[in-house]
Amino acid sequence: MSGVLTLPARRTAPGVFVALAVTLAIGWLVVTVDGGQLFSLPTTVSLLHVAAGLGLVAVGQTLVVIGGSLDLSVAYVISLSTLVAAEAMNGDDAALLPAIGLALAVSAAIGLLNGLLVTKARINAFIATVGVGLLLKGYLDNGYDGPAGKTAPALVQGLGYQRVGPVPVSFLLLLAVAAAAWLVLARTRFGHHLIAVGGDPEVARLSGVRNHRVLVTAHVLCSLCAGLAGVYLASRLGSGAPRVGTEGLYDLESIAAVVLGGTALAGGRGGVAGTVGGVLLLASIDAIFNQLEVDAFFKQVIRGVIIIVAVAIYARRALRKAAS
Amino acid sequence: MRIAESRVLPRFARVRPGGLAPIVAILVVLLVLLTLRQPDFLSPPSLMSFLGRSAPIVLLAAGQYFVIVSGEFDLSVGSLVTAQVVVAARLIDSEPSRSWPVVVVLLAFGALVGLVNGVVTTRLGVPSFITTLGMFLILVGAVYLWSDGAPKGGLSEEFRRFGRRAFEDVPALGRIPYALLILLAAAALAVLLSRSDFGRTLVAVGGNPRTAGLSGVRVWRAKTIAFVLSGVSAALAAILLGGYSGVSFQAGAGLEFGAITAVVLGGVALGGGRGSVVGAMLGALTLETLFALMNFYGVSGALKSTVQGAIILLAVAVSSVRSSSR
Repeated sequence: MSGVLTLPARRTAPGVFVALAVTLAIGWLVVTVDGGQLFSLPTTVSLLHVAAGLGLVAVGQTLVVIGGSLDLSVAYVISLSTLVAAEAMNGDDAALLPAIGLALAVSAAIGLLNGLLVTKARINAFIATVGVGLLLKGYLDNGYDGPAGKTAPALVQGLGYQRVGPVPVSFLLLLAVAAAAWLVLARTRFGHHLIAVGGDPEVARLSGVRNHRVLVTAHVLCSLCAGLAGVYLASRLGSGAPRVGTEGLYDLESIAAVVLGGTALAGGRGGVAGTVGGVLLLASIDAIFNQLEVDAFFKQVIRGVIIIVAVAIYARRALRKAAS
Repeated sequence: MRIAESRVLPRFARVRPGGLAPIVAILVVLLVLLTLRQPDFLSPPSLMSFLGRSAPIVLLAAGQYFVIVSGEFDLSVGSLVTAQVVVAARLIDSEPSRSWPVVVVLLAFGALVGLVNGVVTTRLGVPSFITTLGMFLILVGAVYLWSDGAPKGGLSEEFRRFGRRAFEDVPALGRIPYALLILLAAAALAVLLSRSDFGRTLVAVGGNPRTAGLSGVRVWRAKTIAFVLSGVSAALAAILLGGYSGVSFQAGAGLEFGAITAVVLGGVALGGGRGSVVGAMLGALTLETLFALMNFYGVSGALKSTVQGAIILLAVAVSSVRSSSR
């Protein structure tokens, strides 16, 4: 995308975990001095719930960003997926699996559209996915004024609120999806091709990679992840919510998490582990501020500053490494 | 508008073959559709007020052009417009005498935000997508925080006239909105700037920063100035928008995507190095024409974004297929 983005090769996945540890340590100290408890059961559980929702989206986003693309339609895909799932279930446990299947199929179809627009129609990914987002926004605004449908009780009890010790099932789902994505990137032909396409599309093409097919697959996987996040949010909310994706800023926050995790926006470099770290970092900051009862708006200011500063530190380290 | 097309465009079209043709074609088609439905749309009074209404987004597109052609993004302009409008209302607090000082404050504030965006992007090596996204979060959070969740104070009539008053009873044209005059002045400045050494340098920087740097261009300075221009254009847009539609936290919502879309519709390449500021401004005008068209054809408010999305995808797809086959 720009010269600034083409930094030399680096592995920053550990960097974000150092930042996470430091943040948690400082946060614990400040919260304790303040008379609160950061690692109490309710705080931990809610932290992991926040991380699960954003994480599912961000893992998918990682795949497209590594491929040199990006997806700004995810927020609308999430909202649509909550509605499709909740309306198809309509409070009936028997319809659980077909409804989830339907929500994921719709999401995958949107991903396919994104991928085809980016590859076959050669539209810049930024414009293509904003455009598809607008298409979905019109559909959602036109059809829904508020929550609709009813999530099956089994899903609410299972994915929504069930947990193993302090770890919610949804966070385990995130770990499973992240592990699968890591495996795909590290061990499969598709993963290697994706990294190659993101690194240099022309070289990849000349080496026999079918760029279009690879990018379309990445977009489908990204939308599937967003659809899964939608199913999870439907299980939390008990119904479909037409604005949950946009109000949660899932499009921009997922990209922020990906970049915090050390994946280059220009593509070709990065990984899922870093993204999970980035998500946990954002969720921890959220939890710490909630414990300190910081004003929601102030929280947003600090969040903006932290995102910029963290990425600036990465860039600095990369420059220093390049110099030495 | 017709005058402008017949006189100015052919010359530009010759200078940059094919650069402006697609956007002019789309604009003409939309104008024809609009005239079919609303024959008096092109009559001077309605055309004048349409152009006045479009001024803010055209200004934003011009500012965004400089950033995009240099290879960066500015996602903070929408939140900057909101922040400016809310800040203006609180500072003026319905006191007419404060109008001019506040205009100066807003322009300086816009330039400052642009400067921060530019310096963080170029000197700290943060991708502009992230810098301006962070700035977006900061500005939205700060403006809510500063006003405790609801806009305070009010704009004076002195301040609002830029956005909603006009020279009345002008012969032949009827009325000329102040906003249109401000737009014309800013547009002339933008065109001059884009054809100056700085403008050409900026395109070179966007095309290949390394080559530009090795040829002696101070890349960081050129890009930073582009961000400052975008910030100042957001300040101007905020002054006009605040005057036209008043104070709200939604004043600038979504304008960043509107401006970027307009710039891309106008044939400017995301990633930098190609495009013209005239194209960017025509792109914005096309987008506004599209909204007017949907109003006249009675497209329900909610479905507007669907139609908008479809047309943007279509237009960009057609022009990118054209340019790649050339």
